[in-house]
Amino acid sequence: MKTYNLEETYIHKFDPIETPLGLETKDLQVFYGDNHAMYNGSLQFPKNAITALIGASGSGKSTFLRSLNRMNDDIATVKGKILYQDVDINASEINVYEMRKHVGMVFQRPNPFAKSIFNNIAYPLRKAGMKSKSQLAERVEKSLVQAALWDEVKDDLNRSALALSGGQQQRLCIARALAMNPDVLLLDEPASALDPISTGKLEQALYDLQKHYTIIMVTHSMQQASRVSDYTAFFHMGHILEFDRTQRIFTRPHIQATEDYISGNFG
Amino acid sequence: MDEIKRQLTKASKATRQDRYGKWIAFICTFLIGLLVVSIFYLVASKGLATFFRGHISLWDFLTHQDWNPGQVSKNGVPSVGALPMIVGSFSVTVLSAILATPFAISMALFMTEIAPKRGQRFLQPVIELLVGIPSVVYGFVGLTIIVPVIRAIFGGTGFGILAGTLVLFVMVLPTITSMYVDSLRAVPRFYREAALALGATRWQSIYKVVLRASIPGLLTAIIFGMARAFGEALAVQMVIGNASLLPHNLISPASTLTSVLTTGIGNTVMGTLPNNALWSLALILLLMSLGFNLLVRLIGRQGRFTK
Amino acid sequence: MNAKIIDKIATAIISLLVGVVVLILVALIGYILFTGLPHVSWHFLTSPSQAFLSGGGIGDQLFNSFYLLILTLLISFPIALGAGIYLFEYAPKNWVTNTIRVAIEVLSSLPSVVVGLFGFLLFVVEFQLGFSILSGAIALTFFNLPLLTRSIETSLSSVPKLQREAGLALGFSRWQTVLGVIFPEALPGILTAIILSAGRIFGEAAALIYTAGQSAPVLNFANWNPFSPTSPLNFMRPAETLAVHIWKINSEGIMPDASAVSAGASAVLILAVLIFNVSARWLGNRIYRKVTASK
Repeated sequence: MKTYNLEETYIHKFDPIETPLGLETKDLQVFYGDNHAMYNGSLQFPKNAITALIGASGSGKSTFLRSLNRMNDDIATVKGKILYQDVDINASEINVYEMRKHVGMVFQRPNPFAKSIFNNIAYPLRKAGMKSKSQLAERVEKSLVQAALWDEVKDDLNRSALALSGGQQQRLCIARALAMNPDVLLLDEPASALDPISTGKLEQALYDLQKHYTIIMVTHSMQQASRVSDYTAFFHMGHILEFDRTQRIFTRPHIQATEDYISGNFG
Repeated sequence: MDEIKRQLTKASKATRQDRYGKWIAFICTFLIGLLVVSIFYLVASKGLATFFRGHISLWDFLTHQDWNPGQVSKNGVPSVGALPMIVGSFSVTVLSAILATPFAISMALFMTEIAPKRGQRFLQPVIELLVGIPSVVYGFVGLTIIVPVIRAIFGGTGFGILAGTLVLFVMVLPTITSMYVDSLRAVPRFYREAALALGATRWQSIYKVVLRASIPGLLTAIIFGMARAFGEALAVQMVIGNASLLPHNLISPASTLTSVLTTGIGNTVMGTLPNNALWSLALILLLMSLGFNLLVRLIGRQGRFTK
Repeated sequence: MNAKIIDKIATAIISLLVGVVVLILVALIGYILFTGLPHVSWHFLTSPSQAFLSGGGIGDQLFNSFYLLILTLLISFPIALGAGIYLFEYAPKNWVTNTIRVAIEVLSSLPSVVVGLFGFLLFVVEFQLGFSILSGAIALTFFNLPLLTRSIETSLSSVPKLQREAGLALGFSRWQTVLGVIFPEALPGILTAIILSAGRIFGEAAALIYTAGQSAPVLNFANWNPFSPTSPLNFMRPAETLAVHIWKINSEGIMPDASAVSAGASAVLILAVLIFNVSARWLGNRIYRKVTASK
């Protein structure tokens, strides 16, 4: 494996007045016990845009993503700040359960509940306090439409979600996350378990979603990153080496390591 | 900003629920822990009273063979020699484990090595049924079949260690088998494949590789079986004859710790020496059960497959 | 000797021993059913037992067994569920948790007669509950808790980790996630564990002799006032169960048909346990299929 100078980085900075931010991290560091898994992660995520996190396996991109809505709380120590609407959501006094309603997440493998399609979405809504039946039905439909799944399931909402195909299940999980009305949506390699057709539908759905949501997505597929994302961050060995507009990263990267990675000369 | 900050920091229904839930769950767990502590405390305090308040020496208790706590012997102390029961308990336990082990090994090998699919399908329910049959039913069958058969063959009453052993043999067989099956399954597949690839026959691969690799598992399984046999009360009590005498052979009436406990507790008065002496027997049972547990843990620590 | 011949001999011996075990089981069950079932009649199942005469039934004992079973499950399930959830979700990885786990392990291997004697000492004598259904149910709870707790924890852990993350990521608290997401998916395993524990409880006698007692006062099944001594619902009354009854009449029964009654009662006991076992498997499969929507 080639060694790169991990000090040599290019992180694009935005002017928050010009480009409103959906989320921002400052010096985020993650430790698994004594193992330092993520260093100095400082990134700005523009509002209502898709940012892709790319890098080899073990580069720390998933660790970073899972830290953003504190899913790593049980297993890791996360230091640094995560600013959401100027509030540090990595602070200890934050009510993580409430925060996760603002920062939603979809995982690598589809994980619908063992309930009907309707209840997969309605159950968390009810738990969050929505009681009215018409309101529930409306929200279920809206989020299914947003996740581009409505047309495929609208006649059979009472079917078990586990009877859906993998691609449909994943879009259901996105719909479920959207139904909570988050501002930020974290996606951890959402297409890695899907076939190309399902992946296409998923990407289309994401493309439509970015108008309303700040999306941060880990992907192992550079094609996917270049197709869907507006911004890209490149991770290597627990460091963020480069962050810029996707177009720039994939045409004229600033850093040698990034260039090697996207051209396949890496490792 | 203040609005969103307030929203994100104030406790919600979820955090409250979580706090209550955690407490409820903890209390349940704590109750079980408390239960174990109180069992040991109460049985120990009762059982030790024989020695501290009754002034019986522990050595006499363990080695004397006259059990007659209600009466005072020639030298002025009540006769509380638990040796007959201790010998009885250990005899039935060890003998039944020795008898059951070859059968359990065969069952387990059949289910994992010889006919994994068919064996599993037919023998799994066999094991579950043997586990499921209540101990009083084993006792009843022992009483109506085994005891008369022993009587017919060897004479005497038919009650005794042999009858107890035969009943316990069937009762510990499923315990040993199912635990040994688990440890055979844990033997990595490539062990067998390596042996077979070298031209070994199935038996050679079993004997030279699989059995040897699973010895700690077999020991654990046997100890679990012995723990069950040692603690079993009613089935043994029904066939052993309940005579607190040091057994001279396998077919004379004898007794075990558990059998004396089940018959005796109701016939003695709380707080008296005869009653406390019974609690001392219960304490031995408790300590033995703890001992079996420790033994299993020790073996488990050494015999794990390193990944 | 030739390795192949040894291989054949070894296989033959193993098969022979397996055959013997199967034969023992078949003979055992066959014997109980053949000697017992002819005595089982509606009259036998519903009429009270006789102490000195023949022709007694097992009606009260059967009722007591079921009543104790239900009470025991009602007490032990919530506690076992709570403890199972704690160990699965909340327990920190430290020596306290380890000690608790060891304690549960030890409790599960304690002889049931010791558990029964403890119940006797604490509830029958100290708390003066007397020989009663309540004392019996508590003793059986002690006997049942460790295994049920462990099976519930195992069932909860067998649900994929992703489901837990799904709940948490939607803003559920850990408690909500366990109860609302993981518990429903672990339900088939948990139900199977409950039914299997029901079989164990139903056949247990040693823990009951000195807690629920060895006598069955005649019950008046028209009296549903739980405070009346002849009411079947009264849980302060002594209650001999089926398993205890079998033990009792074989140890000191003096009715002329003791052997026939025990055979009949054993057959009923075995059938009940068989039904518990089969239904556990059936229900587990059925719910599993329903939950996972596989056909």
